[in-house]
Amino acid sequence: MSGKLKIHVDQDKCQGHARCKALAPELFDLDEYGNAHEHGDGHVPDGLEDKAYLAQTNCPEFAIEVSEE
Amino acid sequence: MSDSVSVMPEHPPVTDWINDFDHTDPVWTENPFPIWEQLRAASPVVHTERFLGCYMPTTYEAVKQVAYDTEHFSSRRIIVRDVRPEITQPAPPITSDPPEHKPAKQLLLPPFTPDAMNKLEPRVRAICNELIDEFIDDGKCDAAACYTKHVPVRAIAHMLGIPEKDSDLFIKWIHEILELGIKDNDTLMRAIQEMSAYFIGHINERKNKPTDDLITTLMNAKDKDGKPLSDAHVLGSLRLLLIAGIDTTWSAIGSSLWHLAKTPADRKRLVAEPELMPTAIEEFLRAYSPVTMAREVVKDTKVSGCPVKTGNMVLLSFPAANRDPAVFPDADKVVIDRKENRHAAFGLGIHRCVGSNLARMEMTVAIEEWLKRIPDFRLDPAGKVTWSEGTVRGPRALPFLFGEAG
Repeated sequence: MSGKLKIHVDQDKCQGHARCKALAPELFDLDEYGNAHEHGDGHVPDGLEDKAYLAQTNCPEFAIEVSEE
Repeated sequence: MSDSVSVMPEHPPVTDWINDFDHTDPVWTENPFPIWEQLRAASPVVHTERFLGCYMPTTYEAVKQVAYDTEHFSSRRIIVRDVRPEITQPAPPITSDPPEHKPAKQLLLPPFTPDAMNKLEPRVRAICNELIDEFIDDGKCDAAACYTKHVPVRAIAHMLGIPEKDSDLFIKWIHEILELGIKDNDTLMRAIQEMSAYFIGHINERKNKPTDDLITTLMNAKDKDGKPLSDAHVLGSLRLLLIAGIDTTWSAIGSSLWHLAKTPADRKRLVAEPELMPTAIEEFLRAYSPVTMAREVVKDTKVSGCPVKTGNMVLLSFPAANRDPAVFPDADKVVIDRKENRHAAFGLGIHRCVGSNLARMEMTVAIEEWLKRIPDFRLDPAGKVTWSEGTVRGPRALPFLFGEAG
C-alpha cells in the first residue's frame, strides 16, 4: 500500500461527534467547537489507510470522504 | 404519591403495540427491544392516539430523516407527555430550532471538547474511587444507587462550580422532570421553579465574585450581536446541562455494568484486553442507548413514505434506530469489538448531544476504575434490577454481588 489516499471532512455534515479524532488522531484536528477537519491537506500517510477507513465508517453523519489521490 | 389535580389517570395497559404504543407502559420499561422489533416489522412509522397523538419512526432511516428535518419537525417540545402546556421555560439550545439554534449551541461547545474533558478526567477518576471505597468491603452493592448515579452528578457539579454535596437535590429534580413530569405537570413546574431559584442564587453570587467554572463562562458569553446572554438564557442552559448531564450518563454506565454483570465472557475479555474499551463503550452506547428525544410536527410531510400530520408529537427513539438490523449486523447482539459502529446514541444532525465527549469520558473512566477494583461481579439473585420509565432508560436498582459465583 502506498500513501495515495486523501480525506476530507464535509463541514456542512460534521456535527462534532469526534469519533474520527478518537479513532485516527493523526488524520484529524478538532477546532474550538469540537468539529473535525482533516489534518493538513488531508493526505493519508503510508500505513494509516486502515485508520482513514475506520474513521469514515464510524462517522454517524457520513461527513468523511476518502478518495484516491 | 402526588395529590396534584393535574395527574393524568394511569395509562391503560397496551394490548396493541402497533396502533397504540406507549413508551411509559411497564412492559416497554422492562424490555423494549422485542416491541421495537415488532413495530419495525409493521411499519417505518407507527402512531398512537395516546399523548394527544404521537408518531414513532422505527427504523434508523426514518429516525435519521426526522432528526435532519428541522423544517417539519420542531424541537420546541422534546419530551412526549400527556399534556402540551404553553412553552414558558425553554432550555436553549436543545429546545431551539434554526436559526436560533446555532449561536446558542456554539456557546456551549468549547467547554465540552475532548481536550476540555481530558482536564476533567483525573477528578472523575478520583470520584469513582471515592465511591468504590464506600462499598467495596461490603462484598455487594446496589450499583445504581451507590455508584452509577453519583459519577455524572458529581462530575457536572464540578464543571458547573456548584457543590457536589447538593447531588441529592439534583437527582430529585431530574426524577420529577423526566419521569413524574410526563404525567404530572404540577410536579414538573415545581421542580423547574426550584431548580431555577437554586441557579439564580449561584448566578447572583458570581455577579459580585466571578469564578472559574461553567456558570461564569456562560454569564460572560456574548450572543451573536455581542450582547451578554439574558439571565433567562443562562438559566435555561444551566437547567439543560444539569438535567441532560446526569441521568443519561447514569443510565449509560448502569446499563454497561448490568451487561458486564450478566455476561462473564465480555467482562473477562475486557479485563484481559483493556485496549478493547473504546469499542466496547461505543457498543454499549449503541445497544443500550439511554436517550429517546421528541419532536413536534409543525408542517405536514412524509417520513419513509408515511404521512405525518401537524400537531402530533414524534417519539424520536435513537435507541430503536440503533437496533435496526438493516444498519447494524447482529443488531440485538452486544459485540464489544464491533469495528463499524455509526450509532446514533448522541443524536444525529444539529442537535448532537453537546455533552457526548463528557459522557464518553465518564463511561470509560467509571467502567475502567470499576473493573480494576471489582473485576468479578454478578447480579444478586436476591435483588431485582429496575429500569427508569420514559425519556431516559437505564437501571435504577442494580443489585450486585462481588466475586465469582461460589
